[in-house]
Amino acid sequence: MTQALLSVRDLVVEFPKRKTRLTALDKVSFDIHPGEILGMVGESGAGKSLTGAAIIGLLEPPGHVASGEIWLKDQRIDQLPYDQMRRLRGKRIAMIFQDPLTSLNPILTIANQLIETIQTHLPLNDKEARARAIQLLDEVGIPAASKRIDDYPHQFSGGMRQRVVIALALAGEPELIIADEPTTALDVSVQAQIIDVLKRMCHEHKTAVMLVTHDMGVIAEACDRVAVMYAGRIAEIGDVRQIVKRPQHPYTQGLMGSIPSITERVERLTQIPGSMPRLDAIPTGCAFNPRCTQKIDRCTQDRPDLIATSQGQVSCWLYEGEKP
Amino acid sequence: MIAMLIRRLIQAALVMLVVAFISFSLFQFVGDPINNMVGQEASQQDRAELRERLGLNDPIPIQFFRFVGNAVKGEFGISYRMARPVSEVIAERLPATLELALVSGVLAISLGIGLGVYTALRRDGWLSHFIMSSSLIGVSLPTFLIGILLIYLFSVELQWLPSFGRGETVQITENWSTGLLTVSGWKSLILPAITLGLFQLTLLMRLVRAEMLEVLRTDYIKFARARGIKQSSIHFHHALKNTLLPVITIAGLQLGSIIAFAIITETVFQWPGVGLLFINAIRFVDIPFMSAYLLLIALVFVVINLIVDLLYFAVDPRLRATKRSAGR
Repeated sequence: MTQALLSVRDLVVEFPKRKTRLTALDKVSFDIHPGEILGMVGESGAGKSLTGAAIIGLLEPPGHVASGEIWLKDQRIDQLPYDQMRRLRGKRIAMIFQDPLTSLNPILTIANQLIETIQTHLPLNDKEARARAIQLLDEVGIPAASKRIDDYPHQFSGGMRQRVVIALALAGEPELIIADEPTTALDVSVQAQIIDVLKRMCHEHKTAVMLVTHDMGVIAEACDRVAVMYAGRIAEIGDVRQIVKRPQHPYTQGLMGSIPSITERVERLTQIPGSMPRLDAIPTGCAFNPRCTQKIDRCTQDRPDLIATSQGQVSCWLYEGEKP
Repeated sequence: MIAMLIRRLIQAALVMLVVAFISFSLFQFVGDPINNMVGQEASQQDRAELRERLGLNDPIPIQFFRFVGNAVKGEFGISYRMARPVSEVIAERLPATLELALVSGVLAISLGIGLGVYTALRRDGWLSHFIMSSSLIGVSLPTFLIGILLIYLFSVELQWLPSFGRGETVQITENWSTGLLTVSGWKSLILPAITLGLFQLTLLMRLVRAEMLEVLRTDYIKFARARGIKQSSIHFHHALKNTLLPVITIAGLQLGSIIAFAIITETVFQWPGVGLLFINAIRFVDIPFMSAYLLLIALVFVVINLIVDLLYFAVDPRLRATKRSAGR
């Protein structure tokens, strides 16, 4: 396989508290390949968004990367000084946030925000930058882009604003976009359109995407591979079809079982008993062990690393020794 | 836009009318001015004549309409104390107050915004901590005490600046004499301007700081950071404008109160402005002057509020849009 675009290795993010420190991400490792869409699923608080924030270097203090490495191709980016990291943001890694209603500056025009972003990263004069801004808006599907570019954010609907946000994220022609729940705040009917735009734009610009969501439907629709997160750790990574069809980790199995299906008739949806542990009460061994129906003795003692299996990687002792 | 302007002007006129009624009722309820105007030896006939001449015998509604009519023309009658037209007296003293208010207003707004932004951006710097703690002094010490302390330090001990008066003034027009063109005028202005503006300065600074911190936490600032926008642009282009929206309102009201409540500062520094005159007028129950002053201050507030509304309109595009569609 080609060289990974982004490699995250044993990433640990900690939040110091008065006496202890909370480990919000615990040894997270994964790769994103050029042009690929990687889904990140998990419950609220599993660390999906935090992983995105850590990659782009926008963790909110006091949160910080305590150990581990983040590589963007051949460059290690988790320790870059502020200004170098700033140059990289938008130019090589961009980010899209959840709520398009609050992501745009209310008192600056779309033109103002787009042109500034373009000129931050590309050597274009005002006229060229404006032309490019209009072209981007046109590409993301804003009708009459050359007229609407001078409007303010409040003059756009939610879906249109998220398109503008996508255009803004693509302005510097990044290699990777971290999309943090880009459709959660939108109407269901608009969600599909936005995912479509994101998919098409990234395909055309050969941009890789890390799509953070808790919507399995979105994952199945848009992603090539998917990583399942639980309590700040990665439970399973693999090809999206494989994971939807044959989930390996007991947690993923529970997750898939809880999704209603049109084709299969089920009396009751499966439900995983209990809830995800708080960060200060993660059990020893596998974080999922208290809720796991298939646990063996070892699960409460040792923490499983990601084990390569026939269809991806899974951190579960049940698969130990299985031939990849 | 024009509809809004007209609506605001009508509202302003109503406010002024109510204030006019209040200041008019001063005439009815606060003592008998005649006693103050005539000497001990005045006969009953002299008093009656004076009463008739001042129109104090007419029915109240007529007096009120006459009062409003005259006020619109800028006539507020004859000052009981100085026996000169009130408008003339005020016009003579107003420049001093306006200059003082202007300088301390500019001082408060520029330093307030500047320091507020600084302390918000360098939240943990020692200088920020120092500024924030010393701003408590400005918020908590009463104005007259600050004035007296400043006089003690800079006039009595160091002898750098004069402790009272306006210094040399230059007559620009018939009614306008300014102290802004002479060195001694500026020297005399410094202490009163600081005294008058310090509270507003610290208030604005704390407000700007709080607002700025709030704005820096918003999603659009986060998104701007995620796009690699330069730090300076994020602070001064993306954040500062949003910060200043609510600040405009407060700054406007503060400017009004700087003009209105210059009384204490003018008394401490014996500044020959309208405020000092007002204090003397109260002592003397000089009702024409008091009512004129009341109206003047109301006018200042109303005008400033109107300007604030228009400024909002110019700065915030969201207001423009809703007004436009509402006007249709």
